[in-house]
Amino acid sequence: MASQTSWPDQIHRVFRDQNMRQIAYVPDSGHARLIELVRADRQMHAIPLTTEEEGVALAVGAWLGGERSVLLLQSSGVGNCINMLGMIQECRVPLLMLVTMRGQWGEFNPWQVPMAQATTPALAAMGVVVQTVERAGEVAETVEAAGRLAFSTYRAVAVLISQRVIGAKAFK
Amino acid sequence: MTTRHRKPTLDRRQAAAVILKQRGDALVVAGLGAPCWDTAAAGDNPLNFYVWGGMGSAAMIGLGLALAQPKRRVLVITGDGEMLMGLGAFATIGVQQPRNLAVIVEDNEHYGETGMQLTHTRLGVDLAGIAKAAGFRASTTIYSAAQLKAWLPKLYRQPGPVFAAIKVTTDRAPLVLPPRDGTILRHRFRRALLGAKADE
Repeated sequence: MASQTSWPDQIHRVFRDQNMRQIAYVPDSGHARLIELVRADRQMHAIPLTTEEEGVALAVGAWLGGERSVLLLQSSGVGNCINMLGMIQECRVPLLMLVTMRGQWGEFNPWQVPMAQATTPALAAMGVVVQTVERAGEVAETVEAAGRLAFSTYRAVAVLISQRVIGAKAFK
Repeated sequence: MTTRHRKPTLDRRQAAAVILKQRGDALVVAGLGAPCWDTAAAGDNPLNFYVWGGMGSAAMIGLGLALAQPKRRVLVITGDGEMLMGLGAFATIGVQQPRNLAVIVEDNEHYGETGMQLTHTRLGVDLAGIAKAAGFRASTTIYSAAQLKAWLPKLYRQPGPVFAAIKVTTDRAPLVLPPRDGTILRHRFRRALLGAKADE
């Protein structure tokens, strides 16, 4: 994957290549550029949510209707999704979650740390395959592979994008 | 709340039957509990998706389906407790403005599956008002059979999103249980809707 473009641009290209049609999100600064690209893309529905579990339910409806969806969220939002993920597992609905991590690499805000620590175990407990990325150069290939895994094997797959890739939020 | 409570009189099973009799090729999402049994009682159909869990998800499943199938009418039939758990869906649907989506709440003002505790709708909360304020293009509360009959064409043809709360009694109807294996429900729905493409 050419690294001339930024990783959010590369993810957007993966979405186009894999025919992702409904892109649901709760904003995160780590996803800001990707959200802009999705909103400008007429082939995709950009779907802002009020809370992350709405996006899990949306994915079920999209799949029933023959479309692929992706959920963009930050690690704190993973906790909001837990019960809804039971439906994904019971119905074997493919789900791709792209999680930008907070409360992790160089975090300033202590309130973000507990959910960051619980993100991987919580997802794993609900049967979600978890793949983590620590380097910007590996983001796009991981998302591409995770998308194939999710939609070829009818499972939920979460890609956790480290705060090391995004940069810690500056409180100044 | 200063408004006097108006006692529901409609029968939920009959109301669901009246609505679903006219479904044609509509796609139906039934929220957990009695709306599932009412929808099954009106006639099982592979294009019914019965949500046995994931309380609060029904309207959002309806949105994903409506966006994926813009040429088909999508009906969500759910309960007041289920809808109250996912109130944010009103706002999210209001933003998307799906023209083909109707959300119907069989509102008995109680948590019927867990001991008949009162829900917020018995205590003054107006779901139709919330839907309207969130940007639904048509929204109402239905108390009578005549009103329901008058609203049937809107449920199926009025550009959405459309919302109707149908005030129903707490009378219990015989259990009519639809299939409950999630993989079967998901797969038969996709096969009926998408044909061979469902197996890709």
